[in-house]
Amino acid sequence: MAFSPRTWILLALLLLLAAVPPVADYFGQPFYLDLLRRVMIFAIAAVSLNLILGYGGMVSFGHAAYLGIGAYAVGILAHYGINNGWLQWSLAIVASALVAAAIGSISARTSGIYFIMITLAFTQMLYYLGISLEEYGGDDGMQLKVRSQFSGLIDLNDASAFYYLVLAILAAFLYLSRRLVNSRFGLVLQAARSNEARTRAIGFSPYPYRLAAFIISGAMCGVAGALLVNHTAYLTPEFMNWTRSGELMFMVILGGIATTSGPLLGAAALLLLEDVLQGWSVLPKWLHEHWQLYLGVILVLVVLFARRGLASLLPGNEHHD
Amino acid sequence: MTDFLLKTSHLSKTFGSLLATDRVNFEVREGETHAVIGPNGAGKTTFIKQISGELRPDAGTIHFAGEDITTLPAPRRSRKGLARSFQITSIYRDFSALDNVALAVQAHAGHSFRFWRPAREDLSLTRPARQVLEKVDLEKRADILAANLAHGEQRQLEIAMALATQPRLLLLDEPVAGMGTEESQRMIELLATLKGEKTMVLVEHDMDAVFTLADRISVLVYGRIIATGTPAQIRANPQVRAAYLGEDA
Amino acid sequence: MNLVLIAEQTLNGLQLGVMLFLLAAGLTLVFGIMNLVNLAHGALYMVGAYLTTYFHQTTGSFALAVLLGLAGTLLVGIVTELVALRTLYERDHLDQVLATFGLILFFNELVAILWGRAAIYSTIPDYLSGHVQITAQLRYPLYRLVIIGIGLAVAVLLWWVVSRTRLGMLIRAGASNRAMVSALGINIRLLYTIVFGFGAALAGLAGLLSGPIYAVQPGMGELILIQVFVVIVIGGIGSIRGAFAGALIVGMVDTLGRAFLKPTLATVLSPTAADAAGPAMASMLIYLLMAVVLAFRPEGLFPSRS
Repeated sequence: MAFSPRTWILLALLLLLAAVPPVADYFGQPFYLDLLRRVMIFAIAAVSLNLILGYGGMVSFGHAAYLGIGAYAVGILAHYGINNGWLQWSLAIVASALVAAAIGSISARTSGIYFIMITLAFTQMLYYLGISLEEYGGDDGMQLKVRSQFSGLIDLNDASAFYYLVLAILAAFLYLSRRLVNSRFGLVLQAARSNEARTRAIGFSPYPYRLAAFIISGAMCGVAGALLVNHTAYLTPEFMNWTRSGELMFMVILGGIATTSGPLLGAAALLLLEDVLQGWSVLPKWLHEHWQLYLGVILVLVVLFARRGLASLLPGNEHHD
Repeated sequence: MTDFLLKTSHLSKTFGSLLATDRVNFEVREGETHAVIGPNGAGKTTFIKQISGELRPDAGTIHFAGEDITTLPAPRRSRKGLARSFQITSIYRDFSALDNVALAVQAHAGHSFRFWRPAREDLSLTRPARQVLEKVDLEKRADILAANLAHGEQRQLEIAMALATQPRLLLLDEPVAGMGTEESQRMIELLATLKGEKTMVLVEHDMDAVFTLADRISVLVYGRIIATGTPAQIRANPQVRAAYLGEDA
Repeated sequence: MNLVLIAEQTLNGLQLGVMLFLLAAGLTLVFGIMNLVNLAHGALYMVGAYLTTYFHQTTGSFALAVLLGLAGTLLVGIVTELVALRTLYERDHLDQVLATFGLILFFNELVAILWGRAAIYSTIPDYLSGHVQITAQLRYPLYRLVIIGIGLAVAVLLWWVVSRTRLGMLIRAGASNRAMVSALGINIRLLYTIVFGFGAALAGLAGLLSGPIYAVQPGMGELILIQVFVVIVIGGIGSIRGAFAGALIVGMVDTLGRAFLKPTLATVLSPTAADAAGPAMASMLIYLLMAVVLAFRPEGLFPSRS
């Protein structure tokens, strides 16, 4: 197989990520492992969102819902002493897919402003549901006492083993989404985004394809949720906060919408920027205290002037590879 | 009843108080090229949208190949063999010409819930797509992004997409609109090669195209068909001359 | 459950309803006419609440504070429209969502810089505090009645403007057919700015009225904004009538659900089960309502386009 320049860069990036644990260990900086693991988990969520937002043209403002569902699936089972990871993660995937099917069956019939508001509203509903579940900590959330256990195959308490698991899942999802996008299914999805009237006129009814994409995307994001709750070892409805949905969208745009590497680049850029603005004590106090002010301005500027995202800085194009 | 491929009966559609289509009875014979002409605002686009399934008529029926399709949505009609081109060019601008046509092939090659194999390497899609491109003389432009094709080429591409669905009836909504003389001449030649091979409904302003191509012509004025006949008959019809050509009867 | 309680909660529902209406009326017009997804509408609500509270504290006069607060929100709204939103009308919805999301972050943080992150307290002047004896058993806060009165008065005023004036004609035409309005030679940009300013002022009004009831804090706008979205989806985008009906329905369902769902469930389920399920279901109620409405009427109850 001949790889395009962009594919080579993405592979190099993944290799670079794979080299981080030994290097961080050597320099005694485990903090970076934690930060990059978080970046990769959000990159997985952004990959799943990119599928419907980028390739499907569906502006879902509620993708944090599936982060939450995946996290709650793991957290609730763990709450009842069921720590089997296979079971927990299967539930995370199935539950996310079911919720996506329910929300998608209503929202995918609509478009434009309706679609945005409906996905946002349903996610808010799940957020309030999470808050009202006192049994699972209500709005305070609760601790995940034991991380998911995979019959001794991999130990998530081992920071670097967990890191490699996240990396492997990220790489798998990147490959998966790439296959999906270029398959017959993916082309119909993109066609419906590009020109709906034409798509109907040549004989496709877009709805079932959009709904299927919505469900696949939700299930993928559910995996990110299961990873996230293991990462923080804490379950909270804040995973489903509407601002989280906004951040996921921003990652996709910032990285480059409808590109393979965009979600990873966007997640890395946003979270590292946040981390720098928030925590770097070298910067003056007023800067990191009110970092959201600057983030807001940066967001507006990116949308207005840098719409094509970071991936557009890479050589080559997305079309044939 | 002779073999009508398409037949509308008492087809009516109103927008507010405007009667856009007024009890239209319209028949297309298998194999003919049937032009629909009429002044601006006569309801031609509304009429063609009801046939293609983009608009639901208020009253009346549409039969296609002996089957009542009045309530079928557009994609189902396409799969039954109704293909259309749009008045304003409607293609996938961000896809290559070949992709455009291959998608049309794919739409008629069973369901597309196939998630793994790359569609662009699928010869069962690309081979027929290339053949159709050849037919409309675009084979050399297969890998060009559709947005970068010239206007005339984009319209040819649209015809190619319609042909790729292997239709029984082609609905052509002003195929030479907005074209220069040379481009429209090329389009008329292309359509002439299809004549006889495909049944066509041609909605057109360009009288050159209409009188060159049509076997029969129907004249639509204020939502009603006021005359149907051969080009010679239509040319001679005083009512048509009065209503449409703006001459005194 | 007794009648007094039901009457009281119904009034609460009405009060929430008119509040939602004040926010929804402007936003639904912005959606319908400019086709703009403005998430920052909630920020204007917040600005109205903060400015009024601030002016009330500094001038000591509530009436003056209300005037300054309204004028200030109008000004902030128009400046936002001119500086940022205007460039977004021609962009797609995704751009609009992200840019206005950025504006939310900006405004929330700006307010936090000026007034701190903690909630600030807004007081009611003496002449608006106290209770009104409605029936022998029902005493209801005067201030909430005032809100209901103002909300209904604004609804009547809006109805008059939209159905009886030239501006209203343009608004109605704009909501159903943008191209037509500009074809008529109307200065569409000016119309946009007027409509946006109008909506901003209404949002500010809702914010300043809400100050003494809810907490005035950064982010207060977004929590109510999402409910306003539900109102607009239920009512139908671009329709003032729909916004009014949707707002009252959502206000009632939400308030009555929170008040009575748990006791009602307790009559069927065990008290502990009702305790667990009641609040959860109550908080989901308006969203479920939205789903049901969409299932039967995808364009909302009063679609403005045919």
